[in-house]
Amino acid sequence: MPVFQLRDVTVRRAGAVVLDHLDLEVPAEGLTVLTGPSGSGKSTVLRLCNRLLVPDAGVVEFRGADVAQLDPCALRRRVGMVFQRPTPFAGSVRDNLAAAGADDDARAAALLDAVALDEGFLGRDARELSGGEQQRMCLARALATGPEALLVDEGTSALDREATRTLEELVAGLAAAGHPVLWVTHDEAQVDRIADHRRSLGRARGR
Amino acid sequence: MAAEPGLLGLLAAGVLIAVAVGLSAAQHLGLGRALLWAAARALVQLAAIGVVLGLLLAEDTPMAWSWAWVVVMVGFAAWTTSRRAPEVPGILPLALAAYSASVVVTLAVLFGLGVFELTARTLVPLAGLVVGNSLAATVLVGRRLVEGLDERRDEVEARLALGMTSEQAAAPVVRDAVRTALIPQVETTKAVGIVFLPGAMVGLILAGADPAAAVKVQLAVMYLVLGSVATTTAVVALGVRRLAFSPDHRLVLPARAPDSRRR
Repeated sequence: MPVFQLRDVTVRRAGAVVLDHLDLEVPAEGLTVLTGPSGSGKSTVLRLCNRLLVPDAGVVEFRGADVAQLDPCALRRRVGMVFQRPTPFAGSVRDNLAAAGADDDARAAALLDAVALDEGFLGRDARELSGGEQQRMCLARALATGPEALLVDEGTSALDREATRTLEELVAGLAAAGHPVLWVTHDEAQVDRIADHRRSLGRARGR
Repeated sequence: MAAEPGLLGLLAAGVLIAVAVGLSAAQHLGLGRALLWAAARALVQLAAIGVVLGLLLAEDTPMAWSWAWVVVMVGFAAWTTSRRAPEVPGILPLALAAYSASVVVTLAVLFGLGVFELTARTLVPLAGLVVGNSLAATVLVGRRLVEGLDERRDEVEARLALGMTSEQAAAPVVRDAVRTALIPQVETTKAVGIVFLPGAMVGLILAGADPAAAVKVQLAVMYLVLGSVATTTAVVALGVRRLAFSPDHRLVLPARAPDSRRR
């Protein structure tokens, strides 16, 4: 059973059709890369998967269940998301992880360890970290809810080359360890580096 | 002896407007017309309210007319608010609810606890104080909240994506908007007496009242204003938050300038 399945999904925004009768399957294992030209609705697909957006028509399923029938907050804890630009909350790294439910230092340190940051970062001001560190902290924060799957929305577009590679390796490691990942990108070289499976919106649209 | 300016005195005070207009012309501020218009409007509006108050406060006028006047004030304030903050969704009904709640709460305390006796002479000016002093804060909290939710969209959605409810996800933005709207009133309340003498007290003292009595009235008025500002901002903030999110915890406030903000 795919981790995410979109059936005949249509999304309109401000009168324009963003997704037109889209069918898409995301395999339940490994890292699936979603590509497509700018404006093709890649981010829209991700936001449908954790119900930050609902389709105008069609069905979105998470592990076979219609997401419209699931409690949205519970669904989002099961489906972590990393945004295009880092989204640190005000306060320390510890505060950020606590906001996601990791409110003891041992657990917070373990989460930081999973994203290759040491526990010395706990007391640091989240907004003072480098872009790459912020994005890794955001990944750790997303992992704090114990998600089964992960959505990455061009998560490295604001990062330099080294920080990009680090995040790619971390997320690929999570995918290999059994967390299916849906990663949106328009960077073809990145697709070659990380993809276990590929989906393209250019192909799926315009039926 | 009470100090009441005669007609000649008022004309003399008008000289100060001429000074302001003269300064504007000398400095090329281009405010001459606006100053004259504002002065003329104040004259007409105050003359009109003087007539209305005269009628309302007359011995044989039933209290019902005073209550009707309060309703008109609330409606007018809500309309003014909606014109000054058109970008805030649902602002007209929200402002109506906010001013009504504020009038009910504050007047219930003032009259219920016997701070003032309930008469046309107390009802109309106190209700006016509540509504008038809440207006700026009400506009401000609505605008700041919409602005904040739009500018901090990524942060709010990141919180939602962690499984927070819309209430939890919006909390930092709501807190900042309410603080911004309340701080000027809090600062005013702190500075009162030291930096400036507020209107009610100045009026009473000019009219010949005992300063100690004027202080008591002014204190009641300031607490009243603080309470009403807090009430209206809370109602508007909670209302805007409800309208900005769907029941299934999605941010549905339309983005104002998505192309300039997102690359």
